[in-house]
Amino acid sequence: MYVAVKGGERAIENAHAWLAEERRGDPAVPELSTAQIREQMTLAVNRVMAEGSLYDPDLAALAIKQARGDLIEAIFLIRAYRTTLPRLMASTPVDTAAMAVTRRISATFKDAPGGQILGPTFDYTHRLLDFALLAEGEVPPAPTALTGPAQDMPHILSFLDRDGLIEEATPSDEPPPDLTRAPLELPADRALRLQALTRGDEGFVLGLAYSTQRGYGRNHAFVGELRIGTCPVEVDIPELGFSVEIGDIELTECETVNQFTGSKTQPPQFTRGYGLTFGQTERKAISMALVDRALRWRELGEDFTGAPAQDEEFVLSHCDNIQATGFLEHIKLPHYVDFQAELELIRSVRAAAFASREAAE
Amino acid sequence: MTMSERRDWMGVLARSQPQRLADLLGPLPAHEMLRNPEIGAVMVRGRAGAAGAPFNLGEMTVTRCSLQLQGGLVGHAYVQGRDKSHAIRAAIVDALMQGPQSATTREAILAPLQQDQSAHRAATRAKAAATKVEFFTMVRGED
Amino acid sequence: MDMQPISGGFADAPRQSALAFRAIIDVMSRPGKLATLQGATPPASLSVAAGTVILTLADANTGIYLAGDLDSPALRQWIAFHTGAPITTADCADLAIGTWADLHPLDRYRTGTVEYPDRAATLIVELGETPAPNASLTGPGIKDRIAAFVPGARPTSFPLGLDLILTAGAQVSALPRSTQVEFA
Repeated sequence: MYVAVKGGERAIENAHAWLAEERRGDPAVPELSTAQIREQMTLAVNRVMAEGSLYDPDLAALAIKQARGDLIEAIFLIRAYRTTLPRLMASTPVDTAAMAVTRRISATFKDAPGGQILGPTFDYTHRLLDFALLAEGEVPPAPTALTGPAQDMPHILSFLDRDGLIEEATPSDEPPPDLTRAPLELPADRALRLQALTRGDEGFVLGLAYSTQRGYGRNHAFVGELRIGTCPVEVDIPELGFSVEIGDIELTECETVNQFTGSKTQPPQFTRGYGLTFGQTERKAISMALVDRALRWRELGEDFTGAPAQDEEFVLSHCDNIQATGFLEHIKLPHYVDFQAELELIRSVRAAAFASREAAE
Repeated sequence: MTMSERRDWMGVLARSQPQRLADLLGPLPAHEMLRNPEIGAVMVRGRAGAAGAPFNLGEMTVTRCSLQLQGGLVGHAYVQGRDKSHAIRAAIVDALMQGPQSATTREAILAPLQQDQSAHRAATRAKAAATKVEFFTMVRGED
Repeated sequence: MDMQPISGGFADAPRQSALAFRAIIDVMSRPGKLATLQGATPPASLSVAAGTVILTLADANTGIYLAGDLDSPALRQWIAFHTGAPITTADCADLAIGTWADLHPLDRYRTGTVEYPDRAATLIVELGETPAPNASLTGPGIKDRIAAFVPGARPTSFPLGLDLILTAGAQVSALPRSTQVEFA
């Protein structure tokens, strides 16, 4: 129960002022600009865009600055802002086969057409602190190589598809359900699950994905393909009667190949998990693909083993960090009346217990 | 003018750097707003498994604007981000491209923007190509 | 393909839509009350009040059904340009617009579900002119009772049912599903 109490205004105002001062830090150190955050803290910006569910690097950088680097707080700011925007339209589904890739690797096929492109990855770094960055971070330009004209990069799994060794991704143009417009209803279809996962908390989705690898709903995932790059976003403009591209966004896509022994309805073949996220967010995209695959047990005729990653209600109700932190953090706000009631209760129960003990003696 | 030409230039304008477009266009010709610049969101969709059923991936910011030049040409713009003056300039160029000034507009504004964009894409592609793995099998010691 | 300039939207959308929204809320909370609703200049077939309701309440997620003669390319274009709202069939409409006769049969429209009573259609009934009261209204938002014009019986089983917005020129009134009607 909540009661309105007054008297905190001045304390709150002063707390806000101190918060702002703490955000600024030592005034002798130059202030951080949002352009610096956008350009040099790119992966934090990408996470805020992915989980804030709004692609706008400038706004994500601003949110990170305002939140003093607390990314969940920054995501909260972005989620709050996006509710103020009129939804003008939905895009046509992005064509990731036409992605201008900066990274594209496969753990299943060495000689994939188009080749393996490492891109700007941490994978082969030694994870040793680079003390040179303490002094300055200027670097020479990255090497380049001659290229032919740009061409589409076909999805690697489409080669398995051709031989019927992997389940088909059945195309459809059914308008998808939207978590942001209608309350979550279970059972959710795959489109709704993918929307929840792509904006879900990276840590939570990572933990669930790891649990499938350790045996809780095991599904033996290989990364068939991981690609990062930019894709044009195209929308149909009603007043024009045709579609136009409104810009490019960076995406990370992960397709997994999963073992599948077959069921009553399906022949033995590989199955798929899918991850697609805003920005360069590959840990999240891989995690999403593993959890997506685990949640598909019903449609593939597999057994529910009770694993958390297979439990749609568990995953979808808990993967949103804004929902979670809102409910978690509210318990630190005044609950004086609740607690007063608990206190009264425990006193009366104790009194009754002591009274009956005394009576027995 | 064909629909596909207009699609192309609207895409080039949407992708352009706002400051670069402003420099190339210079002072704005007289115009009347049909729809004031408006910031909104577009829900970006993906497909499950890259080719399957669509799902909602998340939103992006977009600014749109519709206006009419003196003489009646109507221009529309939908551009990524929240820059209203960028949307106005894109709509003006869209209108100019439909009228008698289309050839000069193409040469003075669209061509340099297109050049910027293809140079940027080529530079990224060249860096990506430099990180392409050239596998070779090491000789096994058999004896 | 190109289109002619399309005008008749709000000149100052934030202000005008806020004022119009306030007026719509007001007549919805006070059944039988009349208010003036202005700002839109829709194509001739539609009243100013109905056009203003559309600009205020509709967006790309609002399915609109245009009943009878109202359905014209000009009105479709106007709605598409200013709101982005899709034109739908009666059974999936969020907003249905037309004369009382054209809107029939009324069992086509969604009346909501017990879990989500809000998933019901709102009918915008074009009256042409404001007729004399023919009914007596009681219920939430009405002190005792009020005389008002009601175009006819509508399906209601509260909390489910249809809400009506009645428009004539620049005048608007409303008949929410919670109102009981006794015809004189």
